Amino acid sequence: MSDEQTRKYIEHLVSQNRIVLFMKGNPTFPQCGFSAAVSDTLKKHGVAFHHVNVLREPAVREGIKAYSDWPTIPQLYVDGEFVGGCDIIRELDYRGELGPLLAGEPAS
Amino acid sequence: MSMRDTIHDKLVDALAPAALTVVDESHMHSVPKGAQSHFKVVVVADAFEGVSLVQRHRKVNAVLADELAGSIHALSIHAYTPAQWTARGEVIPESPPCRGGSKAD
Repeated sequence: MSDEQTRKYIEHLVSQNRIVLFMKGNPTFPQCGFSAAVSDTLKKHGVAFHHVNVLREPAVREGIKAYSDWPTIPQLYVDGEFVGGCDIIRELDYRGELGPLLAGEPAS
Repeated sequence: MSMRDTIHDKLVDALAPAALTVVDESHMHSVPKGAQSHFKVVVVADAFEGVSLVQRHRKVNAVLADELAGSIHALSIHAYTPAQWTARGEVIPESPPCRGGSKAD
């Protein structure tokens, strides 16, 4: 895939799925502690989410870093918007802001 | 100079933090012995006042862009304002345990 094709593919993924997690491995067998932590946090909130295993998609693994100008994986997208990586997801959860975000409730 | 010291000095210069801890967590991961690849940064600065989490991370990532493009594989960032740091009891968050992956990842 060209860079532009990869960008369009990622755009498609995040527009067609309300909650998308780009991760290493999958929710059952994560292959990185940071990916596992985000996946487990989403499971804790009981929301359905689409995952993309970047270890199986090398073009996406690089392309997702350019897509949001974010150098690391995992990356979580909700309603087409980049939310953050592991540290940010955990911080939002700590603040009690992640649940409403995942539920699609307006920020209080 | 170790990568830990490089990260530390660059953040001090750029953000004038009120508190800063840089931890080399490479040993917790599946990397060659002696690799300096996984780091955790806890940075407390007035510069984060009124700044979103994503933008705080972007500030840190920008300061360490050369290192992130080079040998740093993972960078955990905990960025707080002084008030948030105090409210948290100045406790450094634990990093998640490694889940293997390959050395090439």
